[in-house]
Amino acid sequence: MLNDSDLTALLITLKLAALTTVILLLIGTPIAWWLARSRWRFKFIIEAVIALPLVLPPTVLGFYLLIALGPNGPIGGLMQSLGGQPLAFTFTGLIIGSVFYSMPFVVQPLQSAFNTIGHRPLEVAATLGASPIDRFFTIAVPLARPGFLTAMVLGFAHTIGEFGVVLMIGGNIPGQTQVLSIAIYDHVEVLEYTQAHWLSGGLLLLSFVLLISVYALNRRYALPKIGGDL
Amino acid sequence: MTIEAQFKIARQDFTLDVELTIPDNGVTAIYGDSGCGKTTLLRAIAGLEHSPEGFLKVGHKIWQDGSFFLPPEKRALGYVFQEASLFSHLNVRKNLEYGLKRVKKNEGKISLDRAIELLSISHLLDRSTTQLSGGERQRVAIARALATSPRVLLMDEPLSALDLKRKQEIMPYLESLHDELKIPILYVSHAPGEVARLADHLILLQDGQLKASGKLDTMLTRLDLPLAHGDKAAALIHATVAGHDSEFNLTYLDFPGGRFTVAHKDLKINHPVRLRVIARDVSLTLEHQSNTSILNIFPAIVDEITAEGTAQIMIRLLINDIPLLARITQKSASLLKLKVGKQVFAQVKSVALLS
Repeated sequence: MLNDSDLTALLITLKLAALTTVILLLIGTPIAWWLARSRWRFKFIIEAVIALPLVLPPTVLGFYLLIALGPNGPIGGLMQSLGGQPLAFTFTGLIIGSVFYSMPFVVQPLQSAFNTIGHRPLEVAATLGASPIDRFFTIAVPLARPGFLTAMVLGFAHTIGEFGVVLMIGGNIPGQTQVLSIAIYDHVEVLEYTQAHWLSGGLLLLSFVLLISVYALNRRYALPKIGGDL
Repeated sequence: MTIEAQFKIARQDFTLDVELTIPDNGVTAIYGDSGCGKTTLLRAIAGLEHSPEGFLKVGHKIWQDGSFFLPPEKRALGYVFQEASLFSHLNVRKNLEYGLKRVKKNEGKISLDRAIELLSISHLLDRSTTQLSGGERQRVAIARALATSPRVLLMDEPLSALDLKRKQEIMPYLESLHDELKIPILYVSHAPGEVARLADHLILLQDGQLKASGKLDTMLTRLDLPLAHGDKAAALIHATVAGHDSEFNLTYLDFPGGRFTVAHKDLKINHPVRLRVIARDVSLTLEHQSNTSILNIFPAIVDEITAEGTAQIMIRLLINDIPLLARITQKSASLLKLKVGKQVFAQVKSVALLS
């Protein structure tokens, strides 16, 4: 069965995934909206940057984040000069890393959902007296609901499954930055296969249930395309 | 009180460059071939199309002038799009209330109840938008636009996405809007039939330019415009029901130039009707024929003559100042020695009641 440190890892993982998802919805929604609506001809550059984590080995992303978040990096240095700690090997650092790592899994379904809505419903709302903000919340968001559902589940599930980035920037500090995927790795290293089974099986089941629910709920709509595998 | 508009909008493949005055009452049709800029003009009036240099004044209120640009949500207008564009996440009632909730209370000239009644949609209110037919969807969309008590109603080919049966279902509602509403309606169309039934005024666009504008009955008979040529060229005559003949089952329709006799129509006395007289159904004689089967014969004066192809000519006649078109062969014209100012008799073989 699960021991205390496994349970702690599970809690940290869920907390990390939940916080990351919330932050990504807050940041990703305006980005996705902008990408869907903008006619700027260089926006493909932004799209490519956001899609990078889909193709980049997580260790590469983790390596650069480690440098940026460390005491000599731009972000870590800034934190330090403000009287804080460098962010490498902290839970906050882990959240920052996860936000970058899972960004495409939230932005792409949202962008696709906003694209699917098109201009017409928003134009209709404008002629009915709705301001741009009003239109966004009363028309775009409800019509993009399947996209939001997909974005939330994919962002959450993908963050739960991350390994490489966490290993690079979070280290493996039990109770702080040790997440499930790393706990599994540790168990396998010392040949504790029973515990590795419990954790792996649990993660598999959780991921499957999440995806089943999102596909079932979105059955009536086409699942917005995402640019990579899970 | 009029609507004054001036727009210059350049697009990749065409430029809309118009300056026009639109009457502040009745239905004004914006008419022209597809791609002539009708929809762009309507969108510019709505503020959905942003022209950097433009001017738009509706009544006393300026909607656009140089750098000043009132966004569409601040313009008191109703817009009916080609396809009904109902919000799929809201039911019919919520769709109707969407605009209503966003207008200032004191601007309510048309109540929601009135709009629902005008379009006969009270039985649809609690339905989802997916449970409506194409015609019902468009009726809800029109009511939704009306419920905002617009200062002007803009309609962009509201019937073009519907099949013939649905068109006929909606047409009476559009006619009742015309009769009941005090606000001007701008109606974009490329269907002559719809225009003849609904419009009072006509704005003719060609390649993004204003070709001509004016009262519909005048515009339809202006020989310098394409409307007054071809097989479908027809004059529009406003008449009222004068009486019925029960013996022969006929109805009499009076217009300033005389009286039409048509097959019985179940209409009240004094009911206004629109008559469409197609140019090729009108023949000319120099003397009043009495031994003919044609009932509708009017004395007329030849007002203008133009060639129509190589064998025919189009003639504009005036019957007590009411214009009528007649298309006859050049040979007949030569035999009758027709020239401008000549007194003739117009024999109208058939006449269509539009409403």
